[in-house]
Amino acid sequence: MKKSRVIQLLGLIVIGVLVGFGYTNREKTNAGQSITAVGSTALQPLVEAAGEQYSSNHAGVFINVQGGGSGTGLSQIQSGAVAIGNSDIFAEEQSGIQASKLKDHRVAVVGIAPIVNKQVGVSNLTQQQLIDIFTGKVKNWREVGGNNLPITLINRAQGSGTRKTFESYALKGHASADSQEQDSSGLARSIVASTPGAISYVAFSYLDQSVQAVRVDGVRPTETNVRQNRWYIWSYEHLYTGQRPNQLTKQFIDYVLSPAVQQKLVKQLGYISVHEMQVQRSAAGKVTAVK
Amino acid sequence: MDKIRESLLKKSLASKIERRGKAVSLFCLALIVGVVFLIFYFVASRGLATFFQNHINLWQFLSGTEWNPGTTGANGQPDVGALPMIVGSFLITILSALIATPFAIGTAVFMTEISPRRGAKVLRPVTELLVGIPSVVYGFIGLQVVVPFVRHTFGGSGYGILSGTFVLFVMILPTVTSMSADALNAVPRYYREASLALGATRWQTIYKVVLRAAIPGMLTAIVFGMARAFGEALAVQMVIGNATLLPHNLVSPASTLTSILTMGIGNTVMGSLQNNALWSLAMILLLMSLVFNLAIRYIGRKGKLNNER
Amino acid sequence: MNAKRTDKIATGILYGVAALVVIILLALLGFILIEGVPKISWHFLTAPALAFEAGGGIGIQLFNSFYLLFLALLISLPISLGAGIYLNEYAPQNTVTSLIRTTIEILSSLPSVVVGLFGYLFFVVQFKLGFSILSGAFALTVFNLPILTRSIEEALANISDSQREAGYALGLSRWETVTKIVVPAALPSIITGIVLSAGRIFGEAAALIYTAGQSAPALDFSDWNPFNISSPLSPLRPAETLAVHIWKINSEGIMPDAKAVSAGSSAVLIIAVLLFNFLARWLGKRLYKHLTAE
Repeated sequence: MKKSRVIQLLGLIVIGVLVGFGYTNREKTNAGQSITAVGSTALQPLVEAAGEQYSSNHAGVFINVQGGGSGTGLSQIQSGAVAIGNSDIFAEEQSGIQASKLKDHRVAVVGIAPIVNKQVGVSNLTQQQLIDIFTGKVKNWREVGGNNLPITLINRAQGSGTRKTFESYALKGHASADSQEQDSSGLARSIVASTPGAISYVAFSYLDQSVQAVRVDGVRPTETNVRQNRWYIWSYEHLYTGQRPNQLTKQFIDYVLSPAVQQKLVKQLGYISVHEMQVQRSAAGKVTAVK
Repeated sequence: MDKIRESLLKKSLASKIERRGKAVSLFCLALIVGVVFLIFYFVASRGLATFFQNHINLWQFLSGTEWNPGTTGANGQPDVGALPMIVGSFLITILSALIATPFAIGTAVFMTEISPRRGAKVLRPVTELLVGIPSVVYGFIGLQVVVPFVRHTFGGSGYGILSGTFVLFVMILPTVTSMSADALNAVPRYYREASLALGATRWQTIYKVVLRAAIPGMLTAIVFGMARAFGEALAVQMVIGNATLLPHNLVSPASTLTSILTMGIGNTVMGSLQNNALWSLAMILLLMSLVFNLAIRYIGRKGKLNNER
Repeated sequence: MNAKRTDKIATGILYGVAALVVIILLALLGFILIEGVPKISWHFLTAPALAFEAGGGIGIQLFNSFYLLFLALLISLPISLGAGIYLNEYAPQNTVTSLIRTTIEILSSLPSVVVGLFGYLFFVVQFKLGFSILSGAFALTVFNLPILTRSIEEALANISDSQREAGYALGLSRWETVTKIVVPAALPSIITGIVLSAGRIFGEAAALIYTAGQSAPALDFSDWNPFNISSPLSPLRPAETLAVHIWKINSEGIMPDAKAVSAGSSAVLIIAVLLFNFLARWLGKRLYKHLTAE
């Protein structure tokens, strides 16, 4: 009884000493040198990879990247809980966010393409046909020159950045009909691949052999076409900060915009570099040429 | 003399430890209860905002069939009709429990009454292992196996209530089975001996004595399964199609409260109507598990009374 | 005789049902293992995940899963042990007790999504813990408490009263009887309960997506100081677990070998749960022998 008490006490003391030792020996240089970026899961791999590279170049700096969705990112940056809010959409487009209080840093461009199941037999659609399909006017692929198959719409979740972009630019602002929804690109793609008659839309980086990418009005979904805005279904990836970001945040965003990231990581992840765009687009959708 | 008096009047060490132990254990219990209230408070504070801050009519919320919180409906109010999700959740829960129950109880009886040795050697470890399979894995097996199967056999796109039901059936089967087996094991041995001594066959013993005695425990098992089915998010979300439409039949895409909740919460901004509406869905989930619980307690108590009679 | 025949038929049906269930369950297990086991290698188990190239592993996620499990059990076990003891040994049979029991049952039937969202609101936002191991461990604790409390209470209730009476007869107080006699006697079934709940924690994803986060930053495995953020032990770093990883790569993964990684991870997860079960069974038996001096 007594002996076990002593052992318990000793154990506690040892743990206490260890904790104290750990605390005093922590890398103090790290203490103030970390920034947190939260938000879009689509943008997360890019920021994460950039953060890792940045940390390996700048010893003692830690970039903490977390998912949670664009809405989470914007609300967290608005409340000031994090340094950077990652978003797939303009803050102006998100209800509940005062965009004027935030500073927008566009770090990449993502092209979005309609995809169909391979049995559909359609590889080109006019924009009007696309609108008819997604608003539910056209119900069978026969009506747009394909095989006799009922159309199955696979939408992305309400509020998702990809869906917002697709509805504003591919469907000219028409809301799509109530249909199946999936909250991720990977799932949307695998469902389209396995469901006869299915149509959905994904970012270019998700295009692969399992699905058929669709041309719109004869234009191919390629990066070159996006750069010239001939393929107009694209959007920016944003890093939002407060109006006055701190030094480290600023340096990190500059790093993301530097060639080291833009030329390599951005391309590897299937995005298009912002520096290569020949046009730019405002939150309201106005397109102007880059000088 | 004084020393003896003192030692007699002073609280003994044992009684001190006793008091301390009781207090500590009570504190632990209070902590758990506190957490429950905290959860209710937090979810309610968000979920009720839809009705008090955004002034959505409660009836409209429960009976509306249009879910599109971002846009305004024909009546000038945002479209927040949760009926499709509520119907979807209920259908899928009830159907999967209906299918799973006979299988689970049959297996549990087999494990405990007919072949305890094999039950202990094979069935129990397997079921316990399956309880640990993450729902995500179930979802992907559902996507690869169940959805194509439903599409080929029953038509439609394969996404819908039926696929969800099958996935949930397999998901809750291990839970319900192992809990039912526990309930059966808890039936005292002499019940069986008494019945057998009266000349009853094994089946008569099982059916008339053991199963009846275990009713409250098995009901708890089923409700546990139902609660799990009702609250399951990721697996169902993958196979049900997530269309906020009232299901016309079992193979048309539908949605559940959880599927819309997990999909939407990351895309909305804290405090906005879209976000609050999702929290209202979470509140319905919460209230439903409350209802499930109360119902089961009521049935369980009745079962107990019948047993004692 | 009629009753005999019914008995035979019923037995036959029960055999059939049990066989069917076993087939379904084994097919499920087989499917996961056959798909996944060929992908497992030492490299796969230890290498960090790669976001957009093939050949990534699950080392960090695996570590995170175990660490989170450990922390969650560390927090929830004492609490539920205390609560279980109080409920079974001290609580009077009255309305309040029955109300408390109901509350615990409600907690146990709460959807894990709701627990996750509560964790997000309370630990991540309110307490400003961020998406971190600590938030995740707390969320898992909330999730685990009722299950564990219930199984502990049941384990204690199954110990016959004669054991307690023996304790009192020796002059032990109630608390001493419980801690010295009843709990050791119930230990094997308590351990089984812990294993079952551990299995559920290990595979839980929905409660963790918004609490422990969906990112697994690189860790420095030579640094075991929990106060450094890149240390594996740091409780304040975001930690994607294996189950969350499976969910994420299946939904958002753009690495070319996403399918293989997910199949391999699922197999690893199941094997881990399997090993866990065996270990705990063995431990339960050993402890029983040791503590009861048999």
